[in-house]
Amino acid sequence: MSGPRILEVRTKILKANDELAREMRRGFERLGLLVVNMVSSPGTGKTTFLKETLVRLAERGEACAAVVGDLETDNDARRLAESGAPVRQINTHGLCHLEADMVAKHLEGWDLAGLRYLFIENVGNLVCPTSWDLGESVRLALLSVTEGEDKPLKYPGLFNTADVAAITKLDLATACEFDRELARANIDTVRPGMRVFETSAKTGAGLDEWLAYLAERRAGLTAG
Amino acid sequence: MHELSIAMRVIDLAEGHLRAAGGGPVAAVRLRVGRLAGVVPDALRSALTMAAQGTAFEAAAIEIDEVPVRIWCPSCQREVDLPGLVPLACPECGVRSGDVRAGHELELESLVLAAEVEGAA
Repeated sequence: MSGPRILEVRTKILKANDELAREMRRGFERLGLLVVNMVSSPGTGKTTFLKETLVRLAERGEACAAVVGDLETDNDARRLAESGAPVRQINTHGLCHLEADMVAKHLEGWDLAGLRYLFIENVGNLVCPTSWDLGESVRLALLSVTEGEDKPLKYPGLFNTADVAAITKLDLATACEFDRELARANIDTVRPGMRVFETSAKTGAGLDEWLAYLAERRAGLTAG
Repeated sequence: MHELSIAMRVIDLAEGHLRAAGGGPVAAVRLRVGRLAGVVPDALRSALTMAAQGTAFEAAAIEIDEVPVRIWCPSCQREVDLPGLVPLACPECGVRSGDVRAGHELELESLVLAAEVEGAA
């Protein structure tokens, strides 16, 4: 009789996704294409924020595109297409997050070399998208003033894995008695030093600063 | 419920490793899950029980080693483990640090192959 044997495996569970995402990121960065993965809860205003971003980039002559993930419907893709940018919808049919291969599949046939910015609007969810690298260079976590200042403390994983954060719907801040200093402090608690943009897609507040950041990050890709 | 898609990947990976090792009964599947991995250990455990049905891992125990968040404290000049998830600050001196050294793990650590009794099934 032989005793129990331990088979050491030490494998990352999401290895296949991570490897594909790394390969995608290398490809995007080689093309000078800045890819942004947008994560937040449902209703934060990702689509409106993104639409205004696309409109402004188009006005500046910057070629951009978006893919948007939802469980069902192509409502968000239709709203985003009003910006004039090419948009594709990914329906996950129940899956609560996007994975790298879903993004790769939906990019087939697109002339990525002609683009400068690509936005991936993830499924609205504050937990599940955290673990999946989509090949992005920038992960943006969004938080609306209507959600409460303590969201970052309740969902630290999502904010901790982000590179930058945006507070949205700033035009509603007074009505919601939103405490922006507290929200910023909470974001800093889970991700010390992270840059935060205070925005309103309705008034345009903060969007210039956001666009300047994108341009700076893109310049970093082509320089690097 | 992304734990189920993670669980299915665990079973796929584990099946590959078990096949390569020549198969046999499995007593336990050991995982390492960081507190910042975005995975709830209990939910993963339930999902694995479901995903393991009809596989070599059906009877295996699921052992999850939770990895605490570890940050580099620039003030104490060393790595420190946090008692929880937030704040990302040194529990000793209170200085904040975004330099996370551990806590994002999501790994299949090992498979414990059950003792085989000679002549017994």
